[in-house]
Amino acid sequence: MTTVPQGALQSLPALLARNVQSFPTRPAYREKEFGIWQSWTWAEAAEEIRAMALGFLVLGLERGEHVAIIGRNRPALYWAMIAVDMCGAVPVPLYQDAVADEMAYVLDHCGARFVVAGDQEQVDKVLEVQEKLAGSGTDVAHIAYLDKRGMRKYDHAKMNALADVQAEGRAAATRLGGELDARIAELTYDHTCVMLYTSGTTGKPKGVVLSNRNIIETSKNSAEFDHLRTSDDILAYLPMAWVGDFIFSMGQALWTGFTVNCPENAATMMTDLREIGPTYFFAPPRVFETQLTNVMIRMEDAGRFKKRMFDHYMGVARRIGPAILDGRPVSAMDRFRYWLGNVFVYGPLKNTLGFSRIRVGYTAGEAIGPEIFDFYRSLGINLKQLYGQTEASVFITQQPDGQVRSDTVGVPSPGVELKIGENGEVFYRSPGVFVEYFKNAESTASTKDKDGWVATGDAGFFEDGTGHLRIIDRAKDVGKMADGHLFAPKYIENKLKFYPNILEAVVFGAGRATCTAFINIDLTAVGNWAERNNIAYASYQELSQHPKVLETIAGHVEEVNRSVAADPMLAGCQIHRFLILHKELDADDGEMTRTRKVRRKVIEEKFADLIDALYGGKDSIYTETEVTYEDGRKGAIKATLTIRDAVVQPVGQRMAAE
Amino acid sequence: MNQMNTEGYTTADGRKIGGVLMEMKNITLRFGGVNAITNISFDIREGEIRAIIGPNGAGKSSMLNVISGFYVPQEGEVWFKGYKRGPMKPYEVARLGIARTFQNIALFDGMSVLDNIMTGRLTHMQTGLLAQSLWWGKAEKEETENRAKVEKIIDFLEIQAIRKTPVGRLPYGLKKRVELARALAAEPQLLLLDEPMAGMNVEEKEDMSRFILDVNDEFGTTIALIEHDMGVVMDLSDRVVVMDYGKKIGDGTPDEVRSNQAVIDAYLGVAHD
Repeated sequence: MTTVPQGALQSLPALLARNVQSFPTRPAYREKEFGIWQSWTWAEAAEEIRAMALGFLVLGLERGEHVAIIGRNRPALYWAMIAVDMCGAVPVPLYQDAVADEMAYVLDHCGARFVVAGDQEQVDKVLEVQEKLAGSGTDVAHIAYLDKRGMRKYDHAKMNALADVQAEGRAAATRLGGELDARIAELTYDHTCVMLYTSGTTGKPKGVVLSNRNIIETSKNSAEFDHLRTSDDILAYLPMAWVGDFIFSMGQALWTGFTVNCPENAATMMTDLREIGPTYFFAPPRVFETQLTNVMIRMEDAGRFKKRMFDHYMGVARRIGPAILDGRPVSAMDRFRYWLGNVFVYGPLKNTLGFSRIRVGYTAGEAIGPEIFDFYRSLGINLKQLYGQTEASVFITQQPDGQVRSDTVGVPSPGVELKIGENGEVFYRSPGVFVEYFKNAESTASTKDKDGWVATGDAGFFEDGTGHLRIIDRAKDVGKMADGHLFAPKYIENKLKFYPNILEAVVFGAGRATCTAFINIDLTAVGNWAERNNIAYASYQELSQHPKVLETIAGHVEEVNRSVAADPMLAGCQIHRFLILHKELDADDGEMTRTRKVRRKVIEEKFADLIDALYGGKDSIYTETEVTYEDGRKGAIKATLTIRDAVVQPVGQRMAAE
Repeated sequence: MNQMNTEGYTTADGRKIGGVLMEMKNITLRFGGVNAITNISFDIREGEIRAIIGPNGAGKSSMLNVISGFYVPQEGEVWFKGYKRGPMKPYEVARLGIARTFQNIALFDGMSVLDNIMTGRLTHMQTGLLAQSLWWGKAEKEETENRAKVEKIIDFLEIQAIRKTPVGRLPYGLKKRVELARALAAEPQLLLLDEPMAGMNVEEKEDMSRFILDVNDEFGTTIALIEHDMGVVMDLSDRVVVMDYGKKIGDGTPDEVRSNQAVIDAYLGVAHD
């Protein structure tokens, strides 16, 4: 494939140069803009990136400095990251929906002097942060923005459009070209490739320093594991600040040379997905869940004939699909039935979902409901699970083709060693293991030991026979109840969340006699149900407290109790009382991380009155909660919440029956 | 002939306002025996956002229709770009560089958002019916160019996600935005907005206000608008004309108008004693 010796490929700019040499005219980036997929070949992209890097040199970017990059997924922002690498500096992508406070912490912590911002909204935040940080030693010297809209009236003494930065770079090509080439040439495996801030379920975010070795080795191993090709297409829509996006859209894309497609904007993502039809796709379980919910809601509205055909062939698919995908023996008759189903149902359905061409699909981050997982696999979509962390450059374990199951996270990825600690915690060691936490030697030392083993913070075990890893919960969340029973909240929460009506659940019970839960209903699913049953509601809050909704949720909770009771290890975790929260848990209020994981501590403190009520035996409670709007303003929600009791199974008695 | 006033003024936020774009001189409009507008004069300057306000039945919409050329006043003169304007057909008005939106949305419900906005480009298309139906030669090139312009507007108003959606399926607030898009597609010099915020919730109003300001800033379009929401009017506009019972009772910056006793009386009523 390539004539360049592998040893020389020690940085992303080097990979870029190889791609330009090996396949200059293949599409590298596409972005839908003005209604058309604009595309850039590797040669064109490389020219843009070089101009950008020269522009940064003109602005005085020094080796080792940090450059913050904030915005939605756009080719120019990916280019900016490579350009920053070229200059020997470190790109720091930030979450674009971060509020100014969060941004202030990160900018101050990494001491970024340069910021590349996507649009006016991001520039405004940076300016706000700039005021706050004035005098603290961190001074944003220059902002380059991508979208010129609304920017004309700003004071441009310290900012410029990215295109103009490039123009200045092009003008300085002869003057600074030598300097840039020298900086690119000095990059080795040990130079920092990127710094990513972990959202952190506890405390302040930590800056994870990942070297070229981490990123390139990991990209290489994982690309080979799934046989990725130059002709593959991915859709880049997940936050650029998330390590997964960096590996998929930067590491693997540059290593393999496949095409990165950027959607027009967040609202058109589904249309763009359908138009591109990616061959390699990653999505958190939430995306698959939403899609399935939408399909099911639309099928409810379909005519009787279509509905019956759909139900029949989905039954066929559930029976035969996974076997065909795993390469197990299937009779000729069944193959024929599946083929018919493909003509009538699966093919058109996959086309509508944008999954017609998919070869490899991954989901990770949270547990995925078995029926959701099976739905996609039965359609012939090769959906797999992986388990990973920012500190590991994503990959710790992944599922090989043919050994895919919804309840495990797979076998160790190539190059990764795993061991289980005495307390059940999972440890790993791999070429992808991060260098350090930036300016935080203490945390680095407590996470990574001197032999390079990293604690995941998750409790899990290897399954006998298959060698697959199963994750139970966060190690620190696994606790004991008052009577000594094992308490694994996440395990129960996931079971609850598998119901389409339940969006989020938070279970309490560590050190207490019984378990209780907060529940968030899914507005799409429950709202649709309400519409069907002529139930009027004005707001999320009102719908959530409707007696019939409470009744339905109580049914779900009791079903979960029955299934939990069957497991002697966790039978103590049955939910005795629950309430439906009056607001959706939200990252803007600090209740969840930006990757939508619940922050238990924050929730426990914020809703302490509700927890007291759950354990205090009251039937209802009045509460006021502060909320943050998208523009950063604060308001309050007042509500009276109903508390319900749920039927629990006597521990140990049903075991014989199950 | 040319009476264009070249001197302008500078607004509080530092925008340069140019000379007179349109001037209304002693306009009187009658419907039978009813005087809808009585002897009103004011001007609209290049680059400004000019509001016309007044209580119900004050004659605002009639005034807008006089500006757009839909009504021809019995008395008075309308001067546009330094020329006195006679009776005109709607397409002639559009070619002059005036576009408008309507109080009760007037879009083609069965057509997609894109097609609706494309109709705004009609005055800029030259090729004939035959060439267009055969999609041949110049027609193809012309359509491509116009589509590119329309896409710029779609991007500007952030309606990419509904590009292919039939207008009839859209919620009210979005329809208003599509109507604005269609008016912008004509690349007007003077944009007339008839109650752009009517019936909108706070969030939609904020969005619309931002788009109006952005249009004015980005394309330099002169905007004349009628609006009931006083907060919006006072925030958006550079100068305000106040009408009551077909007469002009105030004219000036929002601050001047706000402290004008006649205006206060018209809005709050006067005690009868």
